[in-house]
Amino acid sequence: MSTLEHAVALAALLALAAGCAAQRSTEPPQAAYSGSKLALGSTPTAAELAHYYSYPADGRGLPPGSGSYAQGQKIYQAKCMACHGEKLEGTKIGDKLIGGRGTLVNASPAKAPVKTVESYWPYATTLFDYVKRAMPFNAPGSLSDDEVYALAAYILGEANIVPKGQTLNAATLAAVQMPNRNGFVSPDPRPDVR
Amino acid sequence: MKDEQLPQYDEKTRRRIEAMVEAEARYLAQMRRHPRGPLASPARMTGRRGFLAAAAAGASLLPTIVHAKAPPGAVERPVPADPTKEQGTPTNDDGGYGSRSQFESETRWRFGTATRESSWTMTPLENGVGVITPSGLHFERHHGGIATIDPSRHSLLVHGMVDQPKKYSVADIRRFPSISRTMFIECSGNGLTEWSKPTLKTVQGTHGLTSTSEWTGVPLALLLKESGLKPGAKWVLAEGADAAVMTRSIPLEKCLEDAFIAYGQNGEAIRPEQGYPIRLVLPGWEGNTHIKWLRRLEVSDVPFMTREETSKYTDLLPDGRARQFTFVMEAKSVITFPSGEMRLPGPGFYEVTGLAWSGRGKITRLEVSTDGGKSWADAHLQGPVLAICHTRFRFPWFWDGKPAVLQSRATDETGYVQPSLKQLVDVRGLNGPLGSIYHLNAIQSWAVAADGSVSNVHA
Repeated sequence: MSTLEHAVALAALLALAAGCAAQRSTEPPQAAYSGSKLALGSTPTAAELAHYYSYPADGRGLPPGSGSYAQGQKIYQAKCMACHGEKLEGTKIGDKLIGGRGTLVNASPAKAPVKTVESYWPYATTLFDYVKRAMPFNAPGSLSDDEVYALAAYILGEANIVPKGQTLNAATLAAVQMPNRNGFVSPDPRPDVR
Repeated sequence: MKDEQLPQYDEKTRRRIEAMVEAEARYLAQMRRHPRGPLASPARMTGRRGFLAAAAAGASLLPTIVHAKAPPGAVERPVPADPTKEQGTPTNDDGGYGSRSQFESETRWRFGTATRESSWTMTPLENGVGVITPSGLHFERHHGGIATIDPSRHSLLVHGMVDQPKKYSVADIRRFPSISRTMFIECSGNGLTEWSKPTLKTVQGTHGLTSTSEWTGVPLALLLKESGLKPGAKWVLAEGADAAVMTRSIPLEKCLEDAFIAYGQNGEAIRPEQGYPIRLVLPGWEGNTHIKWLRRLEVSDVPFMTREETSKYTDLLPDGRARQFTFVMEAKSVITFPSGEMRLPGPGFYEVTGLAWSGRGKITRLEVSTDGGKSWADAHLQGPVLAICHTRFRFPWFWDGKPAVLQSRATDETGYVQPSLKQLVDVRGLNGPLGSIYHLNAIQSWAVAADGSVSNVHA
């Protein structure tokens, strides 16, 4: 920061402090400076930004590549089955991935709903995003995009959401209609007890 | 509720509950073994107050006891018969970073999940005084373990629907104008075991997923201003640099209102388990949205529908519909003394105390009932009362030695009154034994039996 910039910033701070003296304390707390841009930080390169991803429900930004049920089955058996079970039924460590349709409507305090990718997850893009970023648990972020598409094809095939012959890619994944697509409500209706 | 009427948990739920009960039981056993700890046998005295009184009364008789091992965070030292008759520990003998007394043994305990990486720990609220949670006792929730990050190699990206994408080093972040805010963070799963029956025994188990720290950092609005928002921007994705690469979509409005990027906690750098070197803080919102080890903010026109905001932190109701983006932690309170597993030594005077908090602002009133909610009286609120912060309350009570049920009920500045469990369940229903899992903020009941023992009940 140049001497001139210092002087300008200091003047702004002093003006603000003088203005605040007569006021009540602010809540939430406000920074002592709210003037012009500070020109801190740097500009990331396109290559740096390309390293990151997250895919909203419309599938924008999904990477090239594709995978089939058969490919996914092999990958599942090698990298996922130990935690999620031979039949995707879940184990002590990994969540149950399929089944549970029809259990979400449930007023029984004795019986728990079965929330799985098949029964509960509203978007197939979420499955792709999560598996790519955080799975498998012992080697997160290690799967290629083709492998993730293949795993999605296998899991959604086993869930009878996608035909087992269907190859998944950016377009077909985003087009998948999940059974619980319309099961979520927002905005938050609370306070709901008055 | 009689045993045969208890809900039949499915296997996964049962495993979770059992693991939690076991973890709490192990902790209780360990606390009772500690010779002068708050729950030590056979006195089973009652919290810190009792421990101090007992220690003071027996001071001249205390032998020099050297424990095999000091409690976590403490250094074991020989205890002189009379500390006025010999020199104490040399100055700065602790290496320059202090430790707690070897006589203080409370710790967080871990929920017994299958993996230690995706798990959580609870704050020992029963031993806390004032409103600040010691950094080392702040509750934790991790989805992929605790990331170890060299701050000199960490950066925060701001990109997406902005005029100027930015990359900040941690040093850059620390150059921004800063704020400090003393506030609570609560996990929306706090109390999940308690929907359909009293399950855990202690207040650490029932309410230990809330903690208060002074957080210091940079208003997110300042960072967004540096980048400039494009028209149509409505959401910001926050992403962590942990193994879960945890992501949540946050409405832009919140980001501009009071969100900040914290690097400080209680006067020093935030702890690794709290997201070192930087974390997102969203005052009053559920803990999982305060993304730790923050590395990226992506501005968007839509939410990203991440795993955590679809399959996990959503509230499934009995009609099969799930509430999504239920961010605010509503007003809640709990009596921490006396609380579960303590024992009052006999009739007489006690100062009932506890904590109240609301994600919507300040606590304006706290009432205590000693008769299970039939009658209520105002408790004293310890000032200064801060918005979105644990607020300590105190209530003088003369116990007549007869069975009693203690409750506390908070009101916040919006006029919202903490509901009873029945009121909450009447509105949200019970979809399974864990209800809708998240956002249980009902009134807590502690039963005091004629023998002085205190237990968790639904009343």
